[in-house]
Amino acid sequence: MGYYERSQARRVDMGLVLSYLALVLFGWMNIYSAVYSEEHSFILDFTQRYGLQFIWILISIGVALFILYIINPGNYAPISPFLYIGMLLLLAAVIFLGREVNGSKSWFFIGSFGFQPAEFSKITTSLLLAYVMSQWNFSLSNRKDAMRAALVVLLPILLIVLEKETGSALVYLGLILVFYMEGLSGWVIILGLSLIATFIITMAGSPLAAVVTAISAAALLRFAFSRKSVWLLTAIPVIVLMCFIPSLSRVESLSFLRSLRSEVWALILFIPHTVLWIKDLFTGKENRPSFFLLLSLLSAVILTFSVNFIFTKVLQPHQRARIENLFGITEDLQGIGYNVHQSKIAIGSGGLLGKGFLNGTQTKYNFVPEQSTDFIFCTVGEEWGFIGSLLLLAVYIFLITRIIHLASRQSDAFARIYGYCVASIFLMHVVINIGMTMGLLPVIGIPLPFLSYGGSGMVSFTILLFIFIRLDMERQMREN
Amino acid sequence: MDKKNLLIAGILVIALALAIRMFFLQIIDDKYKVNAANNALLYQTKYPARGEIYDRNNNTLVGNRTTYDIMVTPRDLQEFDTVDFCNTFHADIASVRRKLKNYRDNRRKIGYQSFTFIKQVSAKDYTLFAEKQYKFPGFYAIGRTARVYPYKAGASLYGYINEADSAYLANNPEYRRGDYVGITGIEKSYEDVLRGKKGYNIMVRDVHNRVRQSFMDGKYDIEAEPGKDLVASIDGELQAYGERLMQNKVGSIVAIEPQTGEILAIVSAPGLTIEDLDNIRKDYSRLATDPYKPMFNRAVMSAYPPGSVFKTVNALIAQQNGVIKPETRFSCTRGFYYGGGKMGCHGHPSPLDLKQSIMMSCNAYYAQTFRAMMKDPNHQPISNAFNHWKEQVNKFGIGVKLGSDFPSELAGTLPSTKTYDKIHGKGRWSAYNILSLAIGQGEVGATPLQIANLAAIIANRGYYIIPHLIKNAPDSARRQKYTEKHYVGIDEEHFGPVIEGMYLSVNAPAGTGGTSWRARVDGINVCGKTGTAQNPHGKDNSVFMCFAPMENPKIAVCVYLENAGAGGSWAAPVASLIVEKYLNREVKRKEFEEAIIQANLKQFVPVKKRR
Repeated sequence: MGYYERSQARRVDMGLVLSYLALVLFGWMNIYSAVYSEEHSFILDFTQRYGLQFIWILISIGVALFILYIINPGNYAPISPFLYIGMLLLLAAVIFLGREVNGSKSWFFIGSFGFQPAEFSKITTSLLLAYVMSQWNFSLSNRKDAMRAALVVLLPILLIVLEKETGSALVYLGLILVFYMEGLSGWVIILGLSLIATFIITMAGSPLAAVVTAISAAALLRFAFSRKSVWLLTAIPVIVLMCFIPSLSRVESLSFLRSLRSEVWALILFIPHTVLWIKDLFTGKENRPSFFLLLSLLSAVILTFSVNFIFTKVLQPHQRARIENLFGITEDLQGIGYNVHQSKIAIGSGGLLGKGFLNGTQTKYNFVPEQSTDFIFCTVGEEWGFIGSLLLLAVYIFLITRIIHLASRQSDAFARIYGYCVASIFLMHVVINIGMTMGLLPVIGIPLPFLSYGGSGMVSFTILLFIFIRLDMERQMREN
Repeated sequence: MDKKNLLIAGILVIALALAIRMFFLQIIDDKYKVNAANNALLYQTKYPARGEIYDRNNNTLVGNRTTYDIMVTPRDLQEFDTVDFCNTFHADIASVRRKLKNYRDNRRKIGYQSFTFIKQVSAKDYTLFAEKQYKFPGFYAIGRTARVYPYKAGASLYGYINEADSAYLANNPEYRRGDYVGITGIEKSYEDVLRGKKGYNIMVRDVHNRVRQSFMDGKYDIEAEPGKDLVASIDGELQAYGERLMQNKVGSIVAIEPQTGEILAIVSAPGLTIEDLDNIRKDYSRLATDPYKPMFNRAVMSAYPPGSVFKTVNALIAQQNGVIKPETRFSCTRGFYYGGGKMGCHGHPSPLDLKQSIMMSCNAYYAQTFRAMMKDPNHQPISNAFNHWKEQVNKFGIGVKLGSDFPSELAGTLPSTKTYDKIHGKGRWSAYNILSLAIGQGEVGATPLQIANLAAIIANRGYYIIPHLIKNAPDSARRQKYTEKHYVGIDEEHFGPVIEGMYLSVNAPAGTGGTSWRARVDGINVCGKTGTAQNPHGKDNSVFMCFAPMENPKIAVCVYLENAGAGGSWAAPVASLIVEKYLNREVKRKEFEEAIIQANLKQFVPVKKRR
């Protein structure tokens, strides 16, 4: 028995466990610093957030040990449908029974302790997704199977959006990477990314800029795939010509050019190129990648023209305001832009080495709201500087790539797919959270895994990670 | 490359993007380090005293008194005795609690911002507060200035100041929330002069983030620079007197010093009172819906038919155009008859020459004069004659904005040939269709300011200076604008008969037909012209313009009273009192004065009921 336990301990992936412990400890220090004041300096003061977080850390480590040494990992797959359905019920119940916090109804309260089902449903969704996709005859090219897998992801998204926790729902979109790893064409990812890029360019620049970028990118890629230099030769002059449009319109006889709306310009540039392309496709001069490229281009252009509609009709006012703020369309440093502006000041003031533990002024004075939860990265940036921030980022990237690496080596499909799920979820959280605090992305209130204050987050991220570590142990034991 | 490596490569690219952003924020861009210092430092704004406004005799029209705004930093609030707090400021406890709750609910959004909690606390209440300020952590006071008006008059003229609203802030980036700004009147047109420059005290927060102390012993503090004072052309006493005369009347008085174009008094009744200015925030909707429209400055905005005072314009233009001469006589048989029409006139001797026509205000004389102008062989067809005439009238400042420093000034109305083409059809109208212009009726509308300016033009024998309120405008552009002479294109000799007619109108012996005898002031040679303008709503409007003394004019006046009847009956006596008050500094005719003040002419003004 004793030997068995020790050998198991050796098979635990120490890279993951050590980075986990490092992050948790570092997070606790930063929460302490964010809430710190000389009036209550005892680090285990349980009336304060750092005291509470210490309890959560202890509970999490207990849960981790429980997962590692008590629960039989073979149980996860068969009970995942029940866990999933139970969680869906909780997600639905919280809409009606939950308490509203910051405008979203996603919290249950037991006494003074809050519990957020949306955090835990990431685990159950990952488990069921892994279960569904690891069935022996499952194939993404089978439409029924693909639909079933998509449904597993979309149901919790729907409920979470109804709770008005759009940020958490966004995290689930990261699971597209799982589909990609399991056989989805990479073109879908590229299409998605290019649409996001189009949206950003349209918002930050203009529809014209977005279409020009889309055409240029498509033309260059098309050249790369078809290896026909003629396309590059046509693309370059078009791009160069477009650069001269502003100065051309200053010539008196061409002044009517100025009065044309930029959308009209976009169409003038877009149509001839595309018509030629479609003609080539039909006459068989083009290959399959080119078809996807054309599809991306078309969607990008359609999106460009519907950005305004999406922006004004689909998005909620506060979401619109956050996006407008991000692109500097409206600058309201006292209102909606306040958080991000203060957060950027805090991070920027850190410099190369930071001000040192407990020495941050911006964080001490509570200039940044949500300092210990969603904006905990400010404290890191201010007190640990560029070096500290970079190291933290490196630990996260190590954690995520290590999970992907280990997952890809799993012989068991369930463990492999579950691993990809875990990696995607961590990736989304890290990128969105850090991007938001640095003003790269609109404010989307999701926690930074293992660092942000909060019990639900702490425990759920721990469970998410340690189930994978336990599944990975199985592999090692099998291999030995 | 297999999918796993591609994915990891993608993740590394994203991580690189984040790292580059970190590098820019933390290493390259210094902006955020400076801002961080600014965050720890607290800039306490010091508001400048707004410039004061003096009248032409150096009496204060608009002064300052110190008040305090009580500010709150919600983040610093602690438990305090709300009842004690409310007693100190006579505040409503429920509304205070509501505000505090609002801060609590939005504390995340608010962060470290401060807000004005109570506005314009008196010095007395402030002293009380200062004694127990330690009991109310999070609250502090900043000095502001509020306006005082020693004359209790001229409210419409000075205008009011208020906190700049969002729309104003958006268009004027140099203003901050909480700054006061002139919204109407002089406060608005001379905002740039009056506002001054804000200063600040730099304070440091200590580690506990509570006690504030001066940064570097105030070395970098900047004092507020008070606004510049203005000297108004207004005579405070005359202004107050004018407003007293106009009580229970609807209309306006404008008095101008002809040589300088300086406005001595400008009354619009009913107008804003000083109390209204103080309580503008509270009373705004009541004032805006008052059927007598106190916010509407009749003196510079209302396009009234000028009535017979406009005959002087036609007399001058007709002479200049050679259509009539001083000795030209037209007969009048209680009116002027033409192809089925008649323009009535009152009983007076006939035929009259030019000066008598002014003195007795003969309609027929001007009907024929105007017809002669429209049939002037030098300018045919009639549209040419009309346009020629219109240009000449415009030169008198009628139908165009004069360009005074009144922000709300309007142009009045003067029709164009298009107007008549529309009414009668192109080329289908003749002098008879527009004959009412001869006597200042019909489509012509002038503001009392324009009529007073007309009196000044006649007093100056041919020119005017744009009427204005401020004597010491600090910029040369405005100084030049308000000293430049505008000639109206009428030779000086043509003014003689008109002035003589106006003199006789006031001073001719009783029973000889002068219409303005009620404007007589013993010892002063007043020259005046009455007007009785038809008003489609109720009784005629009573109009009078005059200047005095005849030889060396010191004051030109227009009095316009809505629905008060004939010009000689009410407007003339009001104008005479203004002239007497200004030139003699004292009115001797006490009983007469009292009768005018007591007269209630407002009762004749029909009021449109608001639905």
